[in-house]
Amino acid sequence: MKKSFRFSVPTRYIINFGLTALFIICGTLIVNGGAFKRATNAIILQIGIYIILTVSLNMVTGYLGQLPLGHAGFMAVGAYTGAILWKATAAMPCWVSILLGLIAAGLMAAVFGVLIGIPALRLKGDYLAIITLGFGEIIRICIINLAGITGGTPGLLNIPKYSSFFVVFTAAAITCYVIHTIMHSRHGRAILAIRENEIAADACGINLTYYKVFTFAVSAFFAGVAGALFAGFQGSLFPKSFDFMASINILVMVVLGGMGSMLGSVVAATVLTALPLVLQGLSEYRMVIYSLLLIIVMIFKPSGLMGKYDFSLTGIIEDAINGRLFRKKRKEGAENE
Amino acid sequence: MNENELTFVPSNARIPKRDLDKTPVLETHHLGIDFGGLTAVDEFNVTIGRTEISGLIGPNGAGKTTVFNLLTNVYTPTRGTILLDGRDTRGKKTSQVCQMGIARTFQNIRLFKEMTVLDNVLVGLHHEMDYGVTGSVLRLPGFWRGEHIARERAIELLSIFDMQDLAEAIAGSLPYGAQRRLEIIRALATNPCLLLLDEPAAGMNPSETAELMENIRKIRDMFQIAILLIEHDMNLVMGICEGIAVLNYGRIIAKGTPAEIKSNPEVIEAYLGKKRA
Amino acid sequence: MIILQHLLNGLRLGSIYALIALGYSMVYGIILLLNFAHGDIIMVGGYIALIIIGAGISPAIAVILSIVGCVLLACMIEKVAYKPLRQAPRISLLITAIGVSFFLENVAQLIWGADPRSFPYTTIIPSINYEIAGLKISLATILTIVVAVASMVVLTILVQKTRMGKAMRAVSEDMGAAQLMGINVNATITFTFAIGAALAGIGAILYCCYVPQVKPTTGYLLGIKAFVAAVLGGIGSIPGAMLGGFAIGMAEVAVNALGLSSWTDAVVYVVLIVVLLVKPTGFMGRSLNEKV
Repeated sequence: MKKSFRFSVPTRYIINFGLTALFIICGTLIVNGGAFKRATNAIILQIGIYIILTVSLNMVTGYLGQLPLGHAGFMAVGAYTGAILWKATAAMPCWVSILLGLIAAGLMAAVFGVLIGIPALRLKGDYLAIITLGFGEIIRICIINLAGITGGTPGLLNIPKYSSFFVVFTAAAITCYVIHTIMHSRHGRAILAIRENEIAADACGINLTYYKVFTFAVSAFFAGVAGALFAGFQGSLFPKSFDFMASINILVMVVLGGMGSMLGSVVAATVLTALPLVLQGLSEYRMVIYSLLLIIVMIFKPSGLMGKYDFSLTGIIEDAINGRLFRKKRKEGAENE
Repeated sequence: MNENELTFVPSNARIPKRDLDKTPVLETHHLGIDFGGLTAVDEFNVTIGRTEISGLIGPNGAGKTTVFNLLTNVYTPTRGTILLDGRDTRGKKTSQVCQMGIARTFQNIRLFKEMTVLDNVLVGLHHEMDYGVTGSVLRLPGFWRGEHIARERAIELLSIFDMQDLAEAIAGSLPYGAQRRLEIIRALATNPCLLLLDEPAAGMNPSETAELMENIRKIRDMFQIAILLIEHDMNLVMGICEGIAVLNYGRIIAKGTPAEIKSNPEVIEAYLGKKRA
Repeated sequence: MIILQHLLNGLRLGSIYALIALGYSMVYGIILLLNFAHGDIIMVGGYIALIIIGAGISPAIAVILSIVGCVLLACMIEKVAYKPLRQAPRISLLITAIGVSFFLENVAQLIWGADPRSFPYTTIIPSINYEIAGLKISLATILTIVVAVASMVVLTILVQKTRMGKAMRAVSEDMGAAQLMGINVNATITFTFAIGAALAGIGAILYCCYVPQVKPTTGYLLGIKAFVAAVLGGIGSIPGAMLGGFAIGMAEVAVNALGLSSWTDAVVYVVLIVVLLVKPTGFMGRSLNEKV
């Protein structure tokens, strides 16, 4: 068999990091330099936030194979935690404050992820879906009723707008990196094994509860970070933003992108967030189109647009070098970075 | 690689050293389980030697797979004890029992169908690697070392059944016989001291069954482990089992060597029915 | 006295939940699907009745047409969205159900707007009040409870004594075996949806008389609460749905009476969570275990 060209592992890392850094730097310069209208800037930032939300939800739906319907709840926890912390640490240097806020938001959401995950993940399928829906709604109702801390229905206002292109997309890049590296390790294999055949995974010595809760917590962590970024983007928070619809919004992106494909999640998040920009006149019909799309995709291509295909930038470059770019895709094993 | 030599040394020191003397690897005492009002298994008492190949046979519905589920704590016994390597497995989760040293295959093959052959084996080797999440995310040296060693071990295991070239194939795309072999390899990857095989010859023709018999002996000799199998194929059972227990309606009706079982009138009755007067 | 008054209210609300819970239960029992869209079918039923009464047509016909509308809608949804996915993994089916639910809600919003519309309940049930032993009971309350209980009795007879009922029980136990016995599984499933929707249609009218308004999101919360009732009583069980419905109805009234109305919904969710964790099969349900 002809030996094909493959990058060495360190080279792959350098290429990936380099390209990502380039993207972020260019983006920051372009956006901060005022190349786009305000509305477009807003969409771009929202794309970054939704990428984090979609990729984190994909970890539980695509990789673990469960269907939690309370993702917006974790987003809310992170949003309010971040917002409150940012308002409280306004005196500190910018970077310290931002970092503290994001990490606290993520950790707080992760704590909720563990607390909710431990009981909820004992259930499966429809029951898990409903119970997480319940938890998500309880979080929202608590936020409304604990108006002293959260500002309740009238909202939490005057949040410092820390969510710049740099912050949002660096967070997004870190999210993708962390989830990618976890999935391409023995922990990721354990998670996939649970999805494929839980009973067999159990028999192979995989601690089911630990990995299910772990995945849930990681997913919640990044949802929390996204929530805080959302707070820093809007400058104000209202409980209505975190209802069941919001969870479904994210779910639609994961499903359409392909459950189990990180690239699919990123693409779907980008396209679906940018869609209102494109379909200016059809904003009323947006949810109708979404729901129809959901039904149609489920009936005709349940694996979503990208299925379980996992993306490798260096893999594509290697394919190009080897002249294999337009041949049938090969299934990538765990050793491709 | 020398056929009869193992080159791998498990890095995980939790697995106790195997005594290759005659202390039993498994002892059950008065093991039984009731489901509601129905007693599915009762008074299941067996002792399995360190490197013994044993068989569990009986008519359909006798409770054989239930016994496997009891031994791996998929079901919690209603009464009785299980001693693996002298240690009580009561209250442990299935995954913990696996780490204590029991591995199993399933009646209806339970592979990770969408994962590659290699990944399936690597899941079995999960606990042979010990790097944590931090190690994965930061790609520390421990991660690279662990993955490399595990990969080598997996290829070594696959080569027992000559499957190392199939490493990148998707498990679900393999032919039936290969899937069964893969399931056995995955079970072996968990480094058990007792291997439970649930109807390993199901769906095999005579030549495949003969090959399987060879392979089971080979595995026992290479890994120095005990094997307990459930089977309906009497050639296989009588051919390789050193001890056999016969189950009927959840109770053991006979125990002994193949020769003893073959001529046992109760066993014959259980399978063929009562002789007409 | 006040307590008894509240009890009656709770029974009335509970009867409505029970009717809707039955529909959930039956569909789940037969194809193992949590029909998220169930609540929204109710919402559509409410709007149909509203429109027809608004057009000046007799309320009795409005009620009948509304129920028929629910049945037709449910059967159509089953044929178009759920049947193609019968062999698919449960996640796909669940997502589709969510999609259908959202579709209905948003189309309703497009057609009729998001604002609640008041429902002319007095045309359906005249506003008459009785007084028995110092308790004020409205005709509506009596009717609601009687209709609910009667429906359940009829349903139980249907399931236990008729051929179709037997087919329904067979298909929910083992679809494959039922098919081999010559039962027309598709027809049975469609019939189950139809019955569930008919009950939901009746529930819709009664609910719109109780909370005299309809809005596109009516179905969502109603559906969730009815679902909790179904789970509480045991999914797949008819008497269970009734018990669960009454329990949730009374719990809701109790919480409101205690002045904690902003927490009402949270309480219902808490009940759901507790039931799912402590006894997922509910009061009377049967559990489904996977064979290892």
